[in-house]
Amino acid sequence: MADINIPPPTNATSILAGASLRAGLSRLAKATAPPVVAVLLALLAGAVLLAVTGFYAFDIFTVMVNGVFQDVGSIAEMLLRATPLILIGIGLCVAFRCSIWNIGAEGQFYAGSCAATFCGVQFAGLPSWAHILLILVAGAAAGALWAAIAGLLKVLFNASEIVTTIMLNYIAIFMTSYLVTGPLMESGAAYPQSAKLLREVWLPRVVPSTRLHIGILIAVALAMIIYVFLFRSSAGYAVRIVGINSHAARYAGISVRRSILLAISISGSMAGLAGAMQIAGVTHRLYQDISPGYGFEAIAVALLANNNPVGAIFSGILFAVLDSGSELMQINAQVPQVLVFIIQGMVILSVVGFAALKFQSARPQE
Amino acid sequence: MDHILTLGFLATTLGATWRLATPIIFASVGEVISERAGVLNIGLEGTMLIGAFTGFATVYATGNLPLGFLAAGAAGALAGLLFAFFAITIKANQIIVGAALNLLGLGLTSFLFRTYLVQTGQGVQIVPAMDVPLLSQIPYFGTPLFRQNVVVYSTILVALGAYFLLFRTSFGLTLRAVGEHPKAVDVGGRSVALYRYAAVLIGCSLAGLGGAYLTLAHANQFVEGMTSGRGFIALAVVVFARWSPIGAFFVSLLFGMFYALQLQLQAEPSIHIPYQVLQAMPYLATIVALLLVRNRTDTPATLGVPYRKV
Repeated sequence: MADINIPPPTNATSILAGASLRAGLSRLAKATAPPVVAVLLALLAGAVLLAVTGFYAFDIFTVMVNGVFQDVGSIAEMLLRATPLILIGIGLCVAFRCSIWNIGAEGQFYAGSCAATFCGVQFAGLPSWAHILLILVAGAAAGALWAAIAGLLKVLFNASEIVTTIMLNYIAIFMTSYLVTGPLMESGAAYPQSAKLLREVWLPRVVPSTRLHIGILIAVALAMIIYVFLFRSSAGYAVRIVGINSHAARYAGISVRRSILLAISISGSMAGLAGAMQIAGVTHRLYQDISPGYGFEAIAVALLANNNPVGAIFSGILFAVLDSGSELMQINAQVPQVLVFIIQGMVILSVVGFAALKFQSARPQE
Repeated sequence: MDHILTLGFLATTLGATWRLATPIIFASVGEVISERAGVLNIGLEGTMLIGAFTGFATVYATGNLPLGFLAAGAAGALAGLLFAFFAITIKANQIIVGAALNLLGLGLTSFLFRTYLVQTGQGVQIVPAMDVPLLSQIPYFGTPLFRQNVVVYSTILVALGAYFLLFRTSFGLTLRAVGEHPKAVDVGGRSVALYRYAAVLIGCSLAGLGGAYLTLAHANQFVEGMTSGRGFIALAVVVFARWSPIGAFFVSLLFGMFYALQLQLQAEPSIHIPYQVLQAMPYLATIVALLLVRNRTDTPATLGVPYRKV
């Protein structure tokens, strides 16, 4: 996944503004073409599957897009879905840049949701802004800690983070189930769920008469901050070097262990924050299946963005459009919503396919 | 509570252990072969689901159990072919391709199940239990351990067969060399890619069979996402077993025991542990197992690294 940008050869004309603008645009085009083609290929595969199984693919895609962009309300719902995807996705950009395969964002999201709910139903009497802040910080901290378990096991015991993060997903989901059927269960509730958070600690909404909350703005701001961290700070540089070649990083005096722990904790904190926002901004209480798989979907979000946090804003929105659209598809055309998993898988395959081919063609010929 | 300490309880638990370990044995032995050739396939979970669904759909349509297992093995190999094309031919990152395979496996099987089979709601005839002569007569232990279906018994052959293939044939020797020092094999005039393809295809067809066990011998139904992490547990089994097929057999039994104990204890009214704690046990055990293997000298030298000719 290492992405080394080699600047194009400069010549006298490129110092002219027009030429540099053109060079910039062509760089942008080169960077965005593979993901766009990847998405188109994945959609094509989805369309073929629909056609083979007897659905009218073209009509269905039209219904999807029209439905998602129907009015302010439907766009707001789509962005509401994009919020956790962007947040988790930008966190995964950091982990993946460090070659840490955090497959556990789902569990970190659950850990964040649990901590946020606990803080949300406790501490009544705090000023509303302080209580909201506490909820969000608690969620992010819980997510970071849950991820740091896998990070510590990696640096201390060399335990594969792929396996440990996946196992921690299951454990977090069972823990949530325990909490909402036990300690955090609403007294007298018929279903396993926590008590409802007081209205004072709900996240403020940004578009009137929709559910879209300030989380989307925070997510976009954090994407910028994480971009600066990764590409403009020495700690972020260390994270990326460890990801490209940990031996070289060690010889260069970079603490590999610290970078790994930092990267996985940042990615966990973003997933935990996403969980906290889901509680404080959308559901206002904890359920057993609080996430429909955001943590796994965000892997595709980060990869499609080539692990670039700013790109993850756009890929997060794209996947949110697919999600909202697939919901409409299920309601209007009885197409099983799980089609999005197939499209996500195809997107990932196309993206890594392109990346690998580019790497091969960039190598010198023997 | 007292009867937990009885022979009967022990025997029942051991029998259930072997049954519950069976899909993990298939998947982990297959992964041992794949990883010995240097290919890390984290897409086992998706591959098992593909096998589970294909086996179920085939038997549902034809009523022919052997054909169901055959189809499941073939579907697993097909998934392996997709993985191998990206991981070996295109040399893409194996972890990411595996993650994509998991999504595709879950998505495709759920999509096809909901489109074609969910309304039927019917199950299939599963593989019948079979007594092993003499052994099933052993008091206490005979019936629970030796009245199983033939797929459970076959796990012994699978583990021994993989051992024989890897350590007693020249094919296996070359396959292991491909994982340790691919350049040597390449210079020796044999195709690294070919051996890796073979290893992945064998591994994935075994994972497919492990999946089919779930629908055709364990439950009689397909349920979306029914592998519930067994493919991932198999990955940990391979590490804990130090890339040995016989080791994978026994380590899988250990994990099977956690599943069995978990189920037995849940059914036990005198035990007051929240059922979620019991459910989490196999997953927690997986993490603990990884911590116990600190010395990784057995790891195939080029595990997860695509081979590039220079």
